[in-house]
Amino acid sequence: MDSIKDKTAIVGVGWTRYGSIKKPLPESQYTLACQAIMAAIEDAGLAPKDVDGVMRFNFDSNDPVRLAHSLGINLKFFGKSMYGGGGGCACVAQAAAAVYAGMADYVVAFRAISESQEVALGHFASQFAQLGGIPGSMGWIMPFGLMSPAQGAAITASTHFSRYGTTSQHMGNIAVAQRKHANQNPNAFFYDHPMTMEDYMNSPMIAEPLRLFDCCQESDGACAVIVTSEERARDLKQPPVYIMAAAQGGLWYPNSMNLLDKIADLEKDESWHLAQALYEMAGIGPRDVEVAEIYDHFTIHVLCTLESFGFCKKGEGGPFTEGGRLEWPDGELPLNPSGGNLSEAYIHGMNHVVDGVRQLRGTAPAQVKDADIVLCTSGNAVPTSGVILRR
Amino acid sequence: MPYLPMPLPLPYEESKGFWAGCKRHELLIERCMDCHVYRHPPIPVCPECQSWNKEWVKVSGNGKVEGFTIVTRALFPGLPVPYNVVRVELEEQKGLLIIGNVIDCSPEEISVGMPVKVTFEDITPDRTLYYFKKAE
Repeated sequence: MDSIKDKTAIVGVGWTRYGSIKKPLPESQYTLACQAIMAAIEDAGLAPKDVDGVMRFNFDSNDPVRLAHSLGINLKFFGKSMYGGGGGCACVAQAAAAVYAGMADYVVAFRAISESQEVALGHFASQFAQLGGIPGSMGWIMPFGLMSPAQGAAITASTHFSRYGTTSQHMGNIAVAQRKHANQNPNAFFYDHPMTMEDYMNSPMIAEPLRLFDCCQESDGACAVIVTSEERARDLKQPPVYIMAAAQGGLWYPNSMNLLDKIADLEKDESWHLAQALYEMAGIGPRDVEVAEIYDHFTIHVLCTLESFGFCKKGEGGPFTEGGRLEWPDGELPLNPSGGNLSEAYIHGMNHVVDGVRQLRGTAPAQVKDADIVLCTSGNAVPTSGVILRR
Repeated sequence: MPYLPMPLPLPYEESKGFWAGCKRHELLIERCMDCHVYRHPPIPVCPECQSWNKEWVKVSGNGKVEGFTIVTRALFPGLPVPYNVVRVELEEQKGLLIIGNVIDCSPEEISVGMPVKVTFEDITPDRTLYYFKKAE
């Protein structure tokens, strides 16, 4: 069957500096988006008028029209992905689809986030308390105090611990590896802050068994990438990074309560469905992947995603984190070498795509030697998406 | 007394029957009248056989803890921590899950696999919430 395999490429990447709710950036989400998109356009050697498509996250307050107005983009294609952190790579996937379909020539996919100025995602639930009642499907969970993504992930973790013998130490291996990586990345929020396993274990419990350092940051910043056809990519400023596969997690929720607690099916979670689609389109398997840019809202979901993508068997994600296997530069599968959402910044996974592109160009802060193929995923436990990139 | 000082759910078309059952201290779970598969939360069409015929079935309220968390960081002031949230698998069907709290139970007592039984708490004259208790 005809597919978009290798038909499009990422030709520009841009990012801003990163802040957090504790050290906020003064810029608005609007300004941050403009900064990252402008940087990506310059990186690609293009002019704003060349760009004719914009793909945004559903949680992003930036309207494509306002961006086009300020940046001088000639807007022909626009859209937004769905399901928050599950929709990051979907922005790239839909940009690629639009380019391949001839609906646009250069589409920017971006995420700008200002958790210091807008509602921090971990705290969205407090809005419902004002209504005098909890509407819709949230009524099945919120009266019982289940109202943050961390709490939903904690329930999943308890099931994984009980079923497979996974431990806090295993989740800590992920957090510690990514912090080491962030310590290589001058733009990472935690660049100057090393973290040991002891520091991890001493971090406050948020929702048992999740500690503070199992959870992503609440950040300010933006990332953008520019997608075009492989023909156009050949003649541009940067070496093209081809999109080998792009897919969204096709899935089925037998026990859907709502987005916060859905991972009842640990065997075939969202990432499992996504993995089937991505590997099939790319014509590769887990052994071909050299860098794992795995969406890390919570360490437990990194572990589940590694299992679902076949890097190890289901239930063996815990032991798989051991022995430095996920650590740059010597581990066999370097995980989130930029530091990821946990330790670089929570740019909702678009920072993972940016680092994936830089890895394949050979310009990443923690460069994996001779990386040819990178897997980028979006959030597990929500309908998700992913891309496989190659040079 | 509610376990947590939280707003009550606003019933909607598909959920009205469930909350009316709670008022009578009955745990009602929606079931397909044709293939007899339970589903929760309630939905318009059976995902197994696409039948529109559905009924409320009073279930035993027995189940076991399938997953849980002890929340130690309150998301807003006034929420007493620690509190527990459990995902209970009801005994009627594998994978039939419902979210709740286990009342009269310390955090240390809760574990995956722990048997629980439903109980009801009249919060207002009109509204009742279900909870779970440790079963013998």
